[in-house]
Amino acid sequence: MSIKLEHVSYIYSQETAYEKKALDDINLEIPDGQFLGIIGHTGSGKSTLIQHLNGLVRATEGTVYYNGENIYAPGYSMKQLRSRVGLVFQYPEYQLFEVDVFSDVCFGPKNLGLPKEEVERRAREALQQVGLKEKYYQKSPFELSGGQKRRAAIAGILAMQPEVLILDEPTAGLDPKGRDDILDQIARLHKERGITVVLVSHSMEDVARYVDRIIVMDQGRVRFDDTPRRVFEHYRELESIGLAAPQVTYLMQKLREKGMKVDTTATTVEEAKESILAALGAKL
Amino acid sequence: MIRDITIGQYYPADSVIHRLDPRTKLVGTMVFIVSLFLFRSFAAYAVALVFLAGVIRTSKVPFKFLVRGMKSILVLLMITVVFNLFMIQGKPLLHIWRLTVTEEGLLTAAFMAIRLSFLIIGSSVMTLTTTPNQLTDGLEKGLRPLNRLHVPVHEVAMMMSIALRFIPILLEETDKIMKAQTARGADFEEGGLIQKAKSMVPPLVPLFISAFRRANDLAMAMEARGYHGGEGRTKMRPLKYERRDHAAYLTLVVYLMAMLAAKWIFGF
Repeated sequence: MSIKLEHVSYIYSQETAYEKKALDDINLEIPDGQFLGIIGHTGSGKSTLIQHLNGLVRATEGTVYYNGENIYAPGYSMKQLRSRVGLVFQYPEYQLFEVDVFSDVCFGPKNLGLPKEEVERRAREALQQVGLKEKYYQKSPFELSGGQKRRAAIAGILAMQPEVLILDEPTAGLDPKGRDDILDQIARLHKERGITVVLVSHSMEDVARYVDRIIVMDQGRVRFDDTPRRVFEHYRELESIGLAAPQVTYLMQKLREKGMKVDTTATTVEEAKESILAALGAKL
Repeated sequence: MIRDITIGQYYPADSVIHRLDPRTKLVGTMVFIVSLFLFRSFAAYAVALVFLAGVIRTSKVPFKFLVRGMKSILVLLMITVVFNLFMIQGKPLLHIWRLTVTEEGLLTAAFMAIRLSFLIIGSSVMTLTTTPNQLTDGLEKGLRPLNRLHVPVHEVAMMMSIALRFIPILLEETDKIMKAQTARGADFEEGGLIQKAKSMVPPLVPLFISAFRRANDLAMAMEARGYHGGEGRTKMRPLKYERRDHAAYLTLVVYLMAMLAAKWIFGF
């Protein structure tokens, strides 16, 4: 049970003056239950990559397998696939269209052809999962704050009860509290329901804090594919492709330069704290 | 970048035709089209063909891009030809079932086919070598005399360029919204006409809202930069006729004279 990409390439605007290779021979496997982070600067192909995972974009070359089945095979139900691999786009709140929040969340499960009671049960559950209070259910999406709208939009995908949840920059444009709330809720979903989560992000801190594995995209290729600690060891290469390591990594490097025996591969504040305390303790 | 093109028509290349003043190209295209309808002679059309081929050559636009524009009018062209072929009265040439092909009909059909395809290719050369912004700039400057008749030329030109600029933005937005809704199980392909029309409502609502939001943002950004309409407004790149433009106008005159001469000398 996994998503697997074999030699996937994608070319934009093929056979025009604006032809551009967005993905170049991508091979990767996302096993069940993983919390995966994808980073890369603008135009590196990360958004194109995630649109391949639920069949929204068809690869120019190569094959995508979901649970061992070729999704491009004739007769394969893309609708089924999209209900299993939920994709939350960037700024999803701009896509709310119904008269109230609750009907908007119902859109997904309704399209799956479920009976009305089941649709409403799922919508309720999804809204609870994102922590949106009942008093907002009947409100127009335009009466909600930015963070609330974003949650309503994420609930719209969760209501389809996907096995894999892909989020493209889910925290872009949110204040720090809204950001932490949303990421914590996603992490909880990952833990409690065991769904696979793919998080596309610009924030190295967010990625380091939550994910088990990082894929670094650069010019349509996978540059690194490893655990956060291992990936951020290459912070100089990351800088050369317009990315950076979490601030903690830099701090630890500086401390090491000054002669403190700290673990330079620490990527989160917690890890850094432990390491610094241990180093201080050793000195004392 | 793909975002910089406006109608998806412009073909970027470095050629004399690309660098010509848009006014020259507008006038040139107009003169070319008028010349096609002014003369009714194969010899004159041969001159037009040579002229067109020369312009295409210098423009460095691959021929397949021009042909692509032809595809859309193929049906129209066929209908015109067929109607002219069978409907025009005159000296009968050929009988097919109850229809008669006349000599006059055959001639008119041939003329129409040549005129229409030259017209489309000729104007495609202009749109392929001129960005829509240049075109509106050219129109604005060319129509400036109308200002005296209180026609708000600048405002109309500005509206045109904004409208053109918004086409790709809104297309992109539509694509994004439809993708997001497809990801939520919406289906835009299956079902009958009514089903399809119904399925277009969900993407239209956010598209409409986003169009308003963008228009509002743009208006604010323009005001923040002190936009106050056309009066006293200067251009960053004012349009100025260069030597190549004079040469182009001269070529145009030579072309017209060659057409006239061809018609005179050969007479058919």
